[in-house]
Amino acid sequence: MPDVHTLVNEFLNQLKKRKIEGSQATAKQAAELLRSVISQQRLPQTHQATALISAVRAVGEKLIAANPVELAVGNIVRRVLHIIREEDLSLATAAIDGLELSAVSDDEDDVERDDYPVLSAAAVAAAARSTLRPPSLQTLLEDTPISAAIPHTSSSGGDSEGKSRSVDKSSRGRKLKHDVIEAVNELIQDISTCYEQIAEQAVEHIHQNEVILTLGSSKTVLEFLCAAKEKKRSFKVFVAEGAPRYQGHLLAKELAARGLQTTVITDSAVFAMISRVNMVIVGAHAVMANGGVIAPVGLNMVALAAQRHAVPFVVLAGSHKLCPLYPHNPEVLLNELRSPSELLDFGEFSDCMDSASGGSLHVVNPTFDYVPPKLVSLFITDTGGHNPSYMYRLIADYYSADDLVVKRRPATTS
Amino acid sequence: MDARRPPRAVIDPKVRTVGFFTPPDPIQFDSNSLSPVMIPPPCHSSENLDLHSPPSVTPPSGDESVSVTGSYNGSSSELFPAPMSPALSQKIVAGDGGVGGGIVASSFPRGGGVPVCKLTTVSVVNTDSFAFDERDKPNKGGGSSMEVKDQAMNSKQKNEKSSKAERRALQEAQRAAKAAAKAEGNKATGTVTSGNLKSAKATKPPQKVDNTSVAASEKKGVDRPSEKDRKKDVPHPRMQYDDKSRVEKAKRRAVVNHTESRNRVELFRHLPQYEHGSQLPDLEAKFFQLEPVHPSVYKVGLQYLSGDISGGNARCIAMLQAFQDAIKDYTVPPEKTLVRDLTAKISSYVSFLIECRPLSISMGNAIRFLKSQIAKLPLTLSESESKTSLQSDIERFIYEKIILADKVIVEHAVTKIRDGDVLLTYGSSSAVEMILLRAHELGKQFQVVVVDSRPSLKGKLLLRRLVEKGLTCTYTHINAVSFIMHEVTRVFLGASSVLSNGTVYSGVGTASVAMVAHAFHVPVIVCCEAFKFHERVQLDSICSNELGDPDVISKVSGRGDVNHLDAWANAENLQLLNLIYDATPSDYVSIIVTDYGMIPPTSVPVVVREYSREQVWI
Repeated sequence: MPDVHTLVNEFLNQLKKRKIEGSQATAKQAAELLRSVISQQRLPQTHQATALISAVRAVGEKLIAANPVELAVGNIVRRVLHIIREEDLSLATAAIDGLELSAVSDDEDDVERDDYPVLSAAAVAAAARSTLRPPSLQTLLEDTPISAAIPHTSSSGGDSEGKSRSVDKSSRGRKLKHDVIEAVNELIQDISTCYEQIAEQAVEHIHQNEVILTLGSSKTVLEFLCAAKEKKRSFKVFVAEGAPRYQGHLLAKELAARGLQTTVITDSAVFAMISRVNMVIVGAHAVMANGGVIAPVGLNMVALAAQRHAVPFVVLAGSHKLCPLYPHNPEVLLNELRSPSELLDFGEFSDCMDSASGGSLHVVNPTFDYVPPKLVSLFITDTGGHNPSYMYRLIADYYSADDLVVKRRPATTS
Repeated sequence: MDARRPPRAVIDPKVRTVGFFTPPDPIQFDSNSLSPVMIPPPCHSSENLDLHSPPSVTPPSGDESVSVTGSYNGSSSELFPAPMSPALSQKIVAGDGGVGGGIVASSFPRGGGVPVCKLTTVSVVNTDSFAFDERDKPNKGGGSSMEVKDQAMNSKQKNEKSSKAERRALQEAQRAAKAAAKAEGNKATGTVTSGNLKSAKATKPPQKVDNTSVAASEKKGVDRPSEKDRKKDVPHPRMQYDDKSRVEKAKRRAVVNHTESRNRVELFRHLPQYEHGSQLPDLEAKFFQLEPVHPSVYKVGLQYLSGDISGGNARCIAMLQAFQDAIKDYTVPPEKTLVRDLTAKISSYVSFLIECRPLSISMGNAIRFLKSQIAKLPLTLSESESKTSLQSDIERFIYEKIILADKVIVEHAVTKIRDGDVLLTYGSSSAVEMILLRAHELGKQFQVVVVDSRPSLKGKLLLRRLVEKGLTCTYTHINAVSFIMHEVTRVFLGASSVLSNGTVYSGVGTASVAMVAHAFHVPVIVCCEAFKFHERVQLDSICSNELGDPDVISKVSGRGDVNHLDAWANAENLQLLNLIYDATPSDYVSIIVTDYGMIPPTSVPVVVREYSREQVWI
């Protein structure tokens, strides 16, 4: 336990000090942290899922509070909670199956029974996510009773199925934890490979001799463009430098090194150049449920320019960036002001203030921009391309409805 | 004039060459080959001859030759900068032809002086035609004068193609002229322009008699509007740098050794881009070899090159003051006339300045003004008198068109600032700065948001000056403009030029700021002096722009950690693009504040038109 505590505190500190750059790294680390939380968590005999959920939630709450702007952390916490719920559900169904099974063939050794449900749980979980879940009225109808039933079964299930539970309590406890950790591992795997899945779709979107504009730097965009280049597409890329951080320079260097025709432009020249651009491809910081994008600063300007010239504005986002929340005043509330020294040296600043006679000087250096859904033409995630209007539905596949607000309920109650 | 056309249309150029080979005119040949660019035909049609033939027939004093050449310059250089392209010289022909087919000759170098006697008959015939009906009479005269033209062209031209093109242009011009003349003839009373033309006609007979170039210039001034209209059909003779042969020629002429920069952006091959830093030492080294360039012009050129002087008004004033110095120290070389020689001189200065940094549109307008002033100098003035008159003209231009205009703009724009406003400005515009300071002086309570962008970061300087004066300022960069725009109530922008389709041509980034303001429903107020208006039109920022030094993009000042592009020139796939200007579409602009008042962008062509007319009358 102390081990986990130190890990959590370390991560919290990093988040608070904004030491971790990029939502992908944050997401991965958060998932890894939660995995160790789960593995260290001692489970009671009953209500295991609830115990796990509350443990994860307690840690997750702290993580989110440490950096509320880094939505990826919240996303991962919710994803893990969702995983726990799903695994518990599949275990419960498997247990019912197993009950029937054990009723038929009474004598089976523990080991075999241990193995068999694990497989089935994973299969059920996977199936639930991929095949059973596609939006249909049936699943929608099924969803509500099940999610309502989960706490029911886990809490009051003890009475009705008490005897069967008491039989394989210990094995089920281990199973749940094991399954959840397996699933979290899968999630981590997903996060680290989401580039490849997005990049695979590059050829479908980039044609020969295309002119592409991007701003700042995003690993997803880099991989996407390079994937198209590897497929022998030849196209040109304009890279806007992305002012206070100038990561566009880095991206341009990488692209040029990989043999792409690259032109670096200043951010101010975006409007001038966009009339000769066929497509804008950018990365995102987070994608909100309404299809709006929290993106590196400057992208709202690019999106407006693209709209003016009817240039498609394509956002690449891994699934860990999909946030189930709807934004309210995101320009301010989901934003963060960085150090003014990136714009104005402290020396220059104090010079200005020295000579000031009664005036005052503020330096504004926001990190993010909010691009409203109407300016986005297409989202490309690891599951394919989607309209902004579809994002809420896509998000429903990854998160359970209970967790959206539940995130804050303990905070308000406690 | 009608009669002129059929033969032109039918007869092949070669046939004509043969047919009119008979009067070989060595003098004309010489005079024509003098400038390869100006190839107006050597015909002396009616009017010009009427103006100048009496003196040239009578024993010519030294004065006469002056008057003749003077009028030549008067007609041509008043309208166009000296290094005239063929297209431009055609236009002159066209424009004057509109009234009487005659001034053709006056636009011809030295044409007035020498061959007058030979062509007198022709001119007489033309005179009639000019005065009354241009359709019937000039069969003979017009035709022959045309033929002479052609012959001269052919004898002189080595380049068959260009002469052909020119003739076609000439033909078209004449057609247009004829149409205009017809229209004019038809309506006795009419629009203002036709009225003007009429009065021009009326004043002509006296001109014939008194032969002063004042009258001539007046006549030209009257002609101007109709000329202008026609001029618009002709493509602007801007140099296109993807035209290899012309670039080669320009290189040979160039004073400065330009090194073409590597890794150029494909889209911008038509614009010049040179290796920065190679020019300055080169120029410095050449100081003593460059005698023709006046030291103060030279100094201004170097300041442009090094970026010490930037900003439309500052550049324009510096240039005009340098010209003032140059004019003060100017003496007419022996056997030359002030008007011609000085125009040539100014042109050479201008081309020197262009080599340092491409001219801004406002500077082009100022140069045009100066040249028209030189051309309009009365011939009766002595050298020193004309010099002082030019200097005072320049002085007045600076005062009226820049300083006073700014004052008027400030007074207008200040009325748009109310207490509690948050004003956003982009980059550093002198007009906007004056407005903000004036509003502050008036005690208005407002905040200023200064938006800046790389690589120039001029906003920092503006910020500093504003904070010094006690204004409440917020500073941010262009990417954050949509973050800050929520709080802004007005956007004030400066402009390098306003084009006649309402496009605001200004420092790069202005368009983005205006676009975001438009998206947030914040009014955009553009402040621009009327002398920066231009009749050109432009839709995008690519066809015409200026490329800055790409190296400044790779280096971020004050940020040592950003050094990914240090060796960019060695990466063959990597280009850096440093645009200087962009074009803001007119629908983003709510209002343009200019010295004529506050106008919507749709009224820009009206101001351009009125302004150019006024400029003629100054």
